[in-house]
Amino acid sequence: MKVRVHIMPKTDLLDPQGEAINTALMNLGFSEVLNVRQGKVIDLEIAEGDKELAISRVNAMCKKLLANSIIENYNVDLI
Amino acid sequence: MRVGVIVFPGSNCDRDLNTGFGDTNFTSEFIWHKNEELPAGLDVIAIPGGFSFGDYLRCGAIAANSPITSAVIKFAKKGGYIIGICNGFQILCETGLLPGALVRNVGMKFICRQEEISVESTNSPFTKKFKLAQKIFLPIAHHDGNYIANQETISELESEERAVFKYKNNPNGSVNNIAGILSKNRRILGMMPHPERAVSDFHTNQQGRIIFESLFESFSTY
Repeated sequence: MKVRVHIMPKTDLLDPQGEAINTALMNLGFSEVLNVRQGKVIDLEIAEGDKELAISRVNAMCKKLLANSIIENYNVDLI
Repeated sequence: MRVGVIVFPGSNCDRDLNTGFGDTNFTSEFIWHKNEELPAGLDVIAIPGGFSFGDYLRCGAIAANSPITSAVIKFAKKGGYIIGICNGFQILCETGLLPGALVRNVGMKFICRQEEISVESTNSPFTKKFKLAQKIFLPIAHHDGNYIANQETISELESEERAVFKYKNNPNGSVNNIAGILSKNRRILGMMPHPERAVSDFHTNQQGRIIFESLFESFSTY
């Protein structure tokens, strides 16, 4: 089973990487861009047949290692 | 006074730290991160700067789950003394031994220079030989030194005088100019500046030495 984790900096946290991308896009003439946030995607291949169990295991992985709840939010999806 | 300096793949201030401790009368040894136990009889654990595990995932996140880390946490819970510098500070935050997190510098740049730091509390084993509000210069060298925490944590750090070091000219966006913090029991220090680069005779600046000497004196007075 394949599971995808999306990790994003929390909305109230300044994201200097997103801001740098935003500025670069402005400089390229993409003036319609209002805001950019940069996160990360982690794909996992899991030896688990039960979808709910797989998602709950990946949630546990996020809590323990993959995301830092002080600065990040995350979503877990089957792919 | 025996210190164990933890070494992770990618640590690069471990030898400087070892020399700093040696030059201030500690007996210092290296501990590889794959060990599951600490050597018996250690007084202090030091977590050095560097780029443990290449800063993969988040700075300090992988090191915070290394085999040695559960022994370090056990040491802390028993009231052990720990100093984490730069990447060591990031690792201590990732383990939860210190509150908050360190994120990318506001200016996006890696900054390597001397910064003016004020000592905000002398009530700690690491700062007892400073004068309150003393201004010192220490080298910083980091890309992710922007300290953040929720408002409740910041208020607690401030009211308990645990935001022990602050930048005069905030280089990285840290909340309240915070450069270093103490644990609740004041025995764990995490700081972004590098006192081990300002301690020995061959350093032009030796103002970091006072941190090592304070710690040494804290033990000799017991």
